[in-house]
Amino acid sequence: MNATDIGYLVHLAFIAGAALFVMGLHQMNSPATARTGNRVSATGMIIAVVAQLISVTQAGVGPVNWLIIVGGFVVGGGLGLRLARSVAMTAMPQLVSLFNAVGGGAAAVLALNDFIALDGHRVLSGGAPGLDGWRTFFILADVIVGSVTFTGSLVASAKLMGLIRGQPISIPGGRILSWLTVVVGISVSIVLVMAGSGTVSYDVSVLYTLLVVALICALVFGLLMVLPIGGADMPVVISLLNAFTGTAVSMAGFVVGNVILIVAGALVGASGAILTRLMANAMNRSIGNILVGGFGAGEGTQAAAAGTDGTIREVSVDDAAIQLAYASKVIIVPGYGLAVAQAQHGVRELADLLEARGIEVSYAIHPVAGRMPGHMNVLLAEANVPYPQLREMDEINPEFERTDVALVVGANDVTNPASRTDPASPIYGMPILDVDKARSVIVLKRSMGRGYAGIDNPLYLNPKTGMFFADAKKGLAELIGAIKAL
Amino acid sequence: MNVATLLDSLTVFVLAILLGFEVISKVPATLHTPLMSGTNSIHGIVLVGAIGLAATANNPLAGSLAFVAMAFAGANVVGGYLVTDRMLQMFRRRPTPTTDKAAK
Repeated sequence: MNATDIGYLVHLAFIAGAALFVMGLHQMNSPATARTGNRVSATGMIIAVVAQLISVTQAGVGPVNWLIIVGGFVVGGGLGLRLARSVAMTAMPQLVSLFNAVGGGAAAVLALNDFIALDGHRVLSGGAPGLDGWRTFFILADVIVGSVTFTGSLVASAKLMGLIRGQPISIPGGRILSWLTVVVGISVSIVLVMAGSGTVSYDVSVLYTLLVVALICALVFGLLMVLPIGGADMPVVISLLNAFTGTAVSMAGFVVGNVILIVAGALVGASGAILTRLMANAMNRSIGNILVGGFGAGEGTQAAAAGTDGTIREVSVDDAAIQLAYASKVIIVPGYGLAVAQAQHGVRELADLLEARGIEVSYAIHPVAGRMPGHMNVLLAEANVPYPQLREMDEINPEFERTDVALVVGANDVTNPASRTDPASPIYGMPILDVDKARSVIVLKRSMGRGYAGIDNPLYLNPKTGMFFADAKKGLAELIGAIKAL
Repeated sequence: MNVATLLDSLTVFVLAILLGFEVISKVPATLHTPLMSGTNSIHGIVLVGAIGLAATANNPLAGSLAFVAMAFAGANVVGGYLVTDRMLQMFRRRPTPTTDKAAK
């Protein structure tokens, strides 16, 4: 078999890999087939990587180059393996963010290297490989999007890990600096593309300097973009950075002329874009508004006790237990507070106990109940909650009317009826779980502290709402004990 | 980059985005976290580009860049697929038999 034939086969293998990615994603449409889907996608990856190894071997690879290939993969892969095995499910958002960072970073490095390999030279005569306008355009698009993703995702990850404060961090003059990086970055890019297309001509060292300036602008912009965003806006930020990574990988595909990179990047970009839109809709905020930042107070902020006008009704453990035990339909509304208190197992135990008494139990999951899209579902699945019980907002909302008890654990803003009724409320228009339509409501909460939006929740003043003040984990344990004692 | 290649690539790019929208909008909200970490592993495909780069690196700078790209992409691919698999195995129709409710 000659080199050309092998080249064709490698290309076919790339097409097969891309097809397997699409098929794998398609199987993600149901929890029953999703695991197989992930394996189908992994098979596509293995086929593509093996094909590429065959392709480069054919062209000849020196011993040092093999060392780089194997050494780099072992170092990175080993780290990935360790992280994937040890990460707690509550820490998934930061891990996904970290993978966004390395994916975007790798894509940016590919483009940087392409520029260096061509030594900044444009095509002077036909046939010689070199820079042209389009190639320079894609190199810059890749370097810029990849670098923004790299630093932005690292900041997001550090915020989620608590390495830096989750609260919005505003740097004096940060807004101006952001705009400066945008203006300088774009101007420099235009000059470089013009140089690539031969419209203007500069010395190679000037071109390198300009490229480095564009790179620094992008890295700084990534930092400044995510620093002012509050912890609770993370679902949107992570989704957006995911879309960026996909775009960067696609651009890398244009640069190195590889179709599977283009397809894979486009798929990721589409996924990130869909999730970004869903998350922003679930918070009823525009993406621009979130990026401007400063709204979310971040995690761990407990505002002073709300100055409430009405009276709240406190329920005792025993009353709450009786209410739950003699209901026929119960909906549990978990919020991020549940995950913070590590009470997932407690909630599942309570649900099991109620089900054993013949009570219908389901979970109402708001799209932004966690720190990334779908996060709460994973946390509950880990606690052995069967997935048919995990219900999406639109699906479960009509059922609240037929529900005897809605048990709210660690959720606040997503149950706030002011979003339906009070145009003056900052969360007016945000889609919520219609908890107040249930026949009775029990809110398990540590104190009257406000949610992340920092506003009062009229649900707590509703006469049919009973407040059960306790730490989520302890409160659930007490409830379980009380129901068992009945 | 000649115009024909560019147009071919653009065609693939646009169709792949539309296909992505079509396939991914069918994924239920329950699976959005595994979806994101799954697409995360898919963008680990930069590994293919990194291998190409590492194979042709012929100076220390290109070599170091290639090593970084290999390590980044390697972590992305290996970690991404494994953690997605770990998450998806937790999604069960019925809980593992710690409580026996099948008899109900």
